[in-house]
Amino acid sequence: MNIYQLPFPIIVVFFPLFFAFLIPVLGWWKKSLCYPLAMIAVSISFFSSLIVANRVLRYGPLHYYLGGWEPPWGIEFSIDHLNAFIAVLVTSLSFLVVIYAKRSVEKELPGKEIPFYCLFLLLFTGLLGIVSTGDMFNLYVFLEIASLSCYALIAVGKDRALVASFRYVVMGTIGACFYLLGVGYLYIVTGSLNMGDLAVLLPPLYGNAVVQTAFVFILIGLGIKIALFPLHTWQPDAYTYAPSVVSVMISTAMAKTSIYALIRIIFSVFTLNFITGFLPIFDIICWLSAIAMIFGSIYAIMQSKLKKMLAYSSIANVGYIILGIGLSVSTTMGLTPALMHILNHALMKGCMFMVAGAFIYKAGLWDINNFVGLGRKMPYTCLAFILAALAMIGMPPSVGFISKWYLILAALDSGKYLLVAVIFFSTLLMIVYFWKVIEIMYIRVEERQEGEESEIRVDEEPMSMLVPGIILAFLCFAIGIVWISGIFSPILDTINSSFGLGVVP
Amino acid sequence: MLEFLVGKFNYYIYIFLMMIGFYAMIGKRNLVKKLIGMNIFQWSIILYFVSIGAKKGGSIPIVEGLSGHGAHIVSHASQYVNPLPHVLMLTAIVVGVGTTGVALALLLRIYNKYKTLEEDEILRKMK
Repeated sequence: MNIYQLPFPIIVVFFPLFFAFLIPVLGWWKKSLCYPLAMIAVSISFFSSLIVANRVLRYGPLHYYLGGWEPPWGIEFSIDHLNAFIAVLVTSLSFLVVIYAKRSVEKELPGKEIPFYCLFLLLFTGLLGIVSTGDMFNLYVFLEIASLSCYALIAVGKDRALVASFRYVVMGTIGACFYLLGVGYLYIVTGSLNMGDLAVLLPPLYGNAVVQTAFVFILIGLGIKIALFPLHTWQPDAYTYAPSVVSVMISTAMAKTSIYALIRIIFSVFTLNFITGFLPIFDIICWLSAIAMIFGSIYAIMQSKLKKMLAYSSIANVGYIILGIGLSVSTTMGLTPALMHILNHALMKGCMFMVAGAFIYKAGLWDINNFVGLGRKMPYTCLAFILAALAMIGMPPSVGFISKWYLILAALDSGKYLLVAVIFFSTLLMIVYFWKVIEIMYIRVEERQEGEESEIRVDEEPMSMLVPGIILAFLCFAIGIVWISGIFSPILDTINSSFGLGVVP
Repeated sequence: MLEFLVGKFNYYIYIFLMMIGFYAMIGKRNLVKKLIGMNIFQWSIILYFVSIGAKKGGSIPIVEGLSGHGAHIVSHASQYVNPLPHVLMLTAIVVGVGTTGVALALLLRIYNKYKTLEEDEILRKMK
């Protein structure tokens, strides 16, 4: 049998799920097997997602019918360019996260490897399921698989993690229920749950109040999951007190997957005609995200804990992505800035949370004010942080520069000049809070007692934790050059044209 | 008017329950009460889904004496209750039970750590 005939869309999701159940069984017999099993599962998913992406690029969208039941009745996994892009992003980042996880979990959660890797793989399954599925209700189920494992993973963290996790349970359940209610409203007017089928059945019903209510419910529900500005209250504490590995995972893979779900539902299920004929919803989204960008950055400046600062910075950056979605209808660039920033932000924030985790691993350092002299103690870790911070601020040719450049072009193109000012102002605020960290790490001199030895010992984190961070920091610049060279633009153009974007009426 | 109210009573009940749950989640300061509110909120949506599948005078959707020739079955489809929302809700109930389980486990650990479930006292102890 030819290996290329295997159903790869399902393999991507199946193996993490299967291994998630295998880990408690085999781990009970031999604990040291947990990590290799998790590694194997994530690697299989990573390579099959690459194969899927390759096939999508060559032959166009893939469809897989679960159990052989055809779409309006059965559940369909459908992978097009957007899915493939997000799937590769999620699997590759998770691959790096698993490499990073080994030592970090040994130190932070000693003796809890079995539940940790089991839940980690369930979270991973949920995320990949959200990415692959073409069914509205199936998306709800995968969203809940991911969220439930995420609640548990956050709760094993330190300090205020329990309360943060409970708050997330309550908020996340409201979000999921709103989504479910929206799906129910769509079901009573169309009688279908398949995304492709809904896109065909909905157009005659665009004026219907039930469909419009469904849209608002789904928007708010997913808005809670992606921590869009007024709905973000669960996010800072959850990101801060979760174990380091989990922080990396949820700030990169999980947040981006929820944003993907939003994009998919806005543009694929309710098409562009619905949005433009409905409320000025994209203007509202633009201004909400502008507030998020300013608000997140100001709060980030006020924080003294590094991880909390990064969490608020994430709120600001989610604002950037949502701004890209909000501007997409009124520019010729369509979703390009939003999709770029999804990848870019995942790289930069992943690197930074890894570094923050390394400081906690090595010295238990949470507070930025205690970072004095770290630049000489952990030179490579701090170098990774500086590269990511420079990318975040937007130094050319880094990824941050590219997303800001395209967002500004998009804002100019659609004539919203105030948003350009907001982007500049938010960048200035970013410089303030990242410079504060860099200044303390490198420039501020440690006060020493008389007679204390002044030599500085280099005390790096373990290689398996250092390398993923360095790779991400390097990618922050490499991917920026790739964006400039335009290798990915055919993919982005295909996504835009499949949603009918990129052409200004 | 009366017909409008009575004919759609299932929707009023679900909205009423949903608002009770919502109020409990936002207004109550006790974490267990928040959790109960969350459950009422979830179950109200399940009630809504189950009610949209029901039909007055509809029978159970089992077709007897036939081995799947489409046209005949479709012509009688209006006599049967729509089973799909019910099946979906089986999954949603499982998800709801899972959420409740995780939340209860969290509450147990919160209680062991702070010796209380009142949000105000927990916030005071965390400082």
